[in-house]
Amino acid sequence: MGMTMSQKILARAAGLPEVVPGQLIDASVDLVLGNDITSPVAIHEMEKLPDALVFDKDKIALVLDHFVPNKDIKSAEHCKCVRQFAARHGITHFYDVGEMGIEHALIPEKGLAVPGDLIVGADSHTCTYGALGAFSTGVGSTDMAAAMATGKLWFKVPAAIRVNLTGKLQKHVTGKDVILHLIGLIGVDGALYQSLEFTGEGVASLSMDDRFTIANMAIEAGAKNGIFPVDEKTQEYLKEHAKRPGTVYEADPDAEYAGEVMIDLDTLESTVSFPHLPENTHLAKDSEDVVIDQVVIGSCTNGRIQDMREAAEILKGRHVAKGVRVIVIPATQAVYLQCLQEGLTEIFVKAGAVVSTPTCGPCLGGYMGILAEGERCVSTTNRNFVGRMGHVKSEVYLASPAVAAASALTGHITDPRRY
Amino acid sequence: MNAKGRVFKYGDNIDTDVIIPARYLNSSDPAELAKHCMEDIDKSFIGNVKPGDIIVGRKNFGCGSSREHAPLAIKAAGVSCVIADTFARIFYRNSINIGLPIIECPEAAEAIAAGDEVEVDFDAGTIRDLTTGATFQAQPFPPFMQKIMAAGGLMNTLR
Repeated sequence: MGMTMSQKILARAAGLPEVVPGQLIDASVDLVLGNDITSPVAIHEMEKLPDALVFDKDKIALVLDHFVPNKDIKSAEHCKCVRQFAARHGITHFYDVGEMGIEHALIPEKGLAVPGDLIVGADSHTCTYGALGAFSTGVGSTDMAAAMATGKLWFKVPAAIRVNLTGKLQKHVTGKDVILHLIGLIGVDGALYQSLEFTGEGVASLSMDDRFTIANMAIEAGAKNGIFPVDEKTQEYLKEHAKRPGTVYEADPDAEYAGEVMIDLDTLESTVSFPHLPENTHLAKDSEDVVIDQVVIGSCTNGRIQDMREAAEILKGRHVAKGVRVIVIPATQAVYLQCLQEGLTEIFVKAGAVVSTPTCGPCLGGYMGILAEGERCVSTTNRNFVGRMGHVKSEVYLASPAVAAASALTGHITDPRRY
Repeated sequence: MNAKGRVFKYGDNIDTDVIIPARYLNSSDPAELAKHCMEDIDKSFIGNVKPGDIIVGRKNFGCGSSREHAPLAIKAAGVSCVIADTFARIFYRNSINIGLPIIECPEAAEAIAAGDEVEVDFDAGTIRDLTTGATFQAQPFPPFMQKIMAAGGLMNTLR
């Protein structure tokens, strides 16, 4: 029986000629990732082992990104714990304030994820690197501890849903709209325990940043991973960033899929997920009666340079609506610098937005934009659960940077085609 | 291994943000996390839960963030077992890895009501609702996972 892309990578990592859905395997990982929330728990677990050494100091990445610069004493202690562990074990890829970025924007940018890799990270959005043709999935802290110590982890081989993309996106419609639309179609558990494998002639027109955004939110459909084929655009990206060669895998022509979804990119419109689940999708044009208090543009989903450019294009020479707080967060130091060099930061500040250094802060209600009771935020982040960005009676509307920027100008959800 | 207790019942897609909100993730101490377990959807949970009690959810329990703090908080709150139609996959792994007993059984998750007394026999995979007398059969875990759970979690298998 033919294998999917994901299955081929898992078979390679397990040293097996073939794997089938449902099979339990032990596989070697190419990169283990953790952040300042999940790593302290993993470090504590790992150091209980009698021989608490890391399997390979070059294959672990530790990124302080959730609550940094430290928001309080407890967060500072967490970061200190990770910092000391990194020093003790000589971890090569440790990123502290000044070098860090939001992990899922930073890892590809630093060239640490390449095609064919098996990557685990103690962060659910680790699935982002599927954009580069890697099998990449989120795990918990104990899994991270075991992987750091042994370089291996158990996996259940997933079946896959094939997402066939045709056509080409219209102006102001982006990867965010593709993934929100898909989650709206199949639901927040529509791909539970499965891979989402993106394919079709429509893939070629998607930028790498679009693909990162799409793969990033595979978890919001319950998926184990989301994965894209490797094409010329991927190779171009890798030429600029990759630190080592990867291996390109393609799905077998006779691979079996548990399901298939068709998405015509031509007909997609700007999409918004209403509270309190990403599957509650509506078109932006039908949602203009939702009045907002805050806009967040950033996160591991939408904090890359394309996202910043899209927001800046709409905000340029305009001013945000009175009463709307707008927070822009370039995801990495490199994106931050690029925003400065391209004049995007000036556009944001002149428009009345604030620009923060990289952090996950507001996305998960940590700090830097917490909502009060009854407040509403249009956010380019990835989750709109109850209490996600603050008060249990606050509301998060998920959208693209273009919708977020347009909404910032009007004070209510707005279709960016207006600008 | 058995679990027995009174049921707290919840719906579909109980996410890890409501199990333990991120504003408390500046701590990784299970006892501290337990104080805030479920508070964004059920403020009365932590005041009423007793050691051995059971959480019953529906589809996709534990979806969202990978935070292991979620099963840690549930376990430290004294919960002996979580029953659901399905679990989100990272929550599923995390629960097995830290030794929080979970069991997938859509029939039980639908039928069992809040406040029922329920007994779970993990070896046999049976769930008995002592309040209504109904019995449900769940799929037992694969031997591979049973080994991890019997060892008291993943790290114990590496020693």
